[in-house]
Amino acid sequence: MTERKVTFMTAINEAMAQSMRKDETVILIGTDVAGGAEVDHLVQDDGRYDDAFGGVFGLSKGLVTEFGRERVIDTPIAEHGYFSAAVGAAATGLRPIAELMFNDFVGFALDPILNQGAKMRYMFGGKAKIPLTVRTVHGAGAGAAAQHSQTLYGLFGAIPGVKVVVPSNPYDAKGLMLAAIEDDNVVVFSEDKMLYGMKGDVPEEYYTIEIGKANVVREGSDLTIVAIGKMVQVAEEVADRLGGDGVKVEVIDLRTISPWDQETVIESVKKTGRLIVIDESNPHNNTATDVASVVADKAFDYLDGPIKTVCAPNTPVPFAANLEKAYIPDADKVLRVAEELISDLKIGTI
Amino acid sequence: MIKEKTLWIYQKMNEIRFFEEEVHRTFGKGLIPGFVHLYAGEEAVATGVMALLNDEDYITSTHRGHGHAIAKGCDIKGMMAEIMGKRDGLGGGKGGSMHVADIDKGMLGANGIVGGGFGIAAGAALTSKTLGLDHVAVCFFGDGASNEGTFHEGLNLASILDLPVIFVCENNQFGEGTPFRYASASETVAERAPAYNMPGIRVDGMDVEAVYEATKTAIERAKAGKGPTLIECDTYRHYGHFEGDEQKYKTDNDPNKDRDPITEFREKAIKNQWMTEKQAVEIEENAKKTIDEAVAFAEESPLPDISTLYTDIFA
Repeated sequence: MTERKVTFMTAINEAMAQSMRKDETVILIGTDVAGGAEVDHLVQDDGRYDDAFGGVFGLSKGLVTEFGRERVIDTPIAEHGYFSAAVGAAATGLRPIAELMFNDFVGFALDPILNQGAKMRYMFGGKAKIPLTVRTVHGAGAGAAAQHSQTLYGLFGAIPGVKVVVPSNPYDAKGLMLAAIEDDNVVVFSEDKMLYGMKGDVPEEYYTIEIGKANVVREGSDLTIVAIGKMVQVAEEVADRLGGDGVKVEVIDLRTISPWDQETVIESVKKTGRLIVIDESNPHNNTATDVASVVADKAFDYLDGPIKTVCAPNTPVPFAANLEKAYIPDADKVLRVAEELISDLKIGTI
Repeated sequence: MIKEKTLWIYQKMNEIRFFEEEVHRTFGKGLIPGFVHLYAGEEAVATGVMALLNDEDYITSTHRGHGHAIAKGCDIKGMMAEIMGKRDGLGGGKGGSMHVADIDKGMLGANGIVGGGFGIAAGAALTSKTLGLDHVAVCFFGDGASNEGTFHEGLNLASILDLPVIFVCENNQFGEGTPFRYASASETVAERAPAYNMPGIRVDGMDVEAVYEATKTAIERAKAGKGPTLIECDTYRHYGHFEGDEQKYKTDNDPNKDRDPITEFREKAIKNQWMTEKQAVEIEENAKKTIDEAVAFAEESPLPDISTLYTDIFA
């Protein structure tokens, strides 16, 4: 495998391009995924298209040039319409990647996912498959305010028939995206916009990462921290800082939040006896509370203290820079919680 | 007669333009977080409509909402502070550019959701009808929003209930980076109105007087209990969809590209003796001063107190 560093955005772009080369039924559909439809000066001399946007973040730049407007399809701003069309196309032979520009727009796109795509196979007695990848964007930190900054993967994760993956780094983003496209079910692929510029080692080759498997980022025996997406970096910072005090933290990147990897998390808790879950979602009815409830049920006897969750507060995402910073879980907040959990440990070891 | 409103219109047009130019500069300096969508170029629409509204009338706005807010009478200092995320902003710094609002002025908010305002405006009109209040509601929306399903639901509902609402489409030719001519099966938005059993009027959205006259007719119809009107204003945005947009989709042949609604109104108003050259210059200077003061106010305003993160969730 070749070693090279690319950004999180490039990794996803590359995954989409490779899957589109491999499988002609893969299409990309969404608002301004190319941009500039029917603008003459964006047609090159050889008849190929340039894009005006390539997605609002520029993530899908170049795809329309290689694959044409028949496979990189700009839609009107009509989320219900094109998500319904993506479900219909998925049920009948295409393998669409449909982009929801911000996960906050799910209000207009939800029915095709919730009531149609997620349930068709079940309602049809197993006689349909819906190989649909929903690419969307979550997360606070960009000053994008209450309707462009939410973390809503947990909402999708509450729907039977939908898988939800949340990559935390460029390598995972590419491998999970290719796995999502290959999957014969509705897979929501939720990208944190604050990770777009993150660079990391990404092989050029086509590879997949198994959906539903967590990644043990670092091993430790004193405290388990389960983290999602951008929060994995927070977990690692906490592990570094506690490591200085001799506390060995195991960091688990959940990678998939539905179905999430119960086995890996429970095995870890059996070893450490302590669990913190970090999730940027609002604090109730989310992935962190789900992990906590399952661990409390299945590993209660192994716990040396209460399970702690560190989430965003139960508020909308504020706009002002200082309020937004206070909103997002960070290492200091996790450390305050961790101190309580490991106080006995530190007294004994230091 | 638009003549009586000329000075007010010209004042508001200039305030909007200077405001947006300042926001453009301030954003460029990195003092404004997030996403900003500028209204410059479309001033004739907001002012032509709002010249006929009172504080008690409601409007719903869009992500491109600064112009609507100014024309509806929102405090300009409070707007600038809001856009910079400061304590003295209209929303305490918690909403930002895409959520500028002042319900006391009848401004039901800029909106981060394209097509989010159709039903809300219908609801404000329902309040007026139910309580017998003689107020109207205006829903501003873009050509992009006209292709959302909410367009259909909002217009149909307003029509069957004969609600006093006016749907004002600001067709600036592009929904984000996609031309309207590609995104819409109908050539115009206005021509869809007969399907909802309401008048559909297409006007030159760079001409305040045209917008004003169409709005006047629509308000009369609404207040007579005859229901909604759809007005499509053909316009253009001078800046990109958002600040930072390369605008690769724009062409030299775009209609209205080289037009400026403020210059056009200035010439017309002076020629028709609705306004003197001296008055025009005074208004321009005053507007510039108003905006400069707003910027200074906003820059001096502190960040909000952290405790406000947790307030205003429930009544």
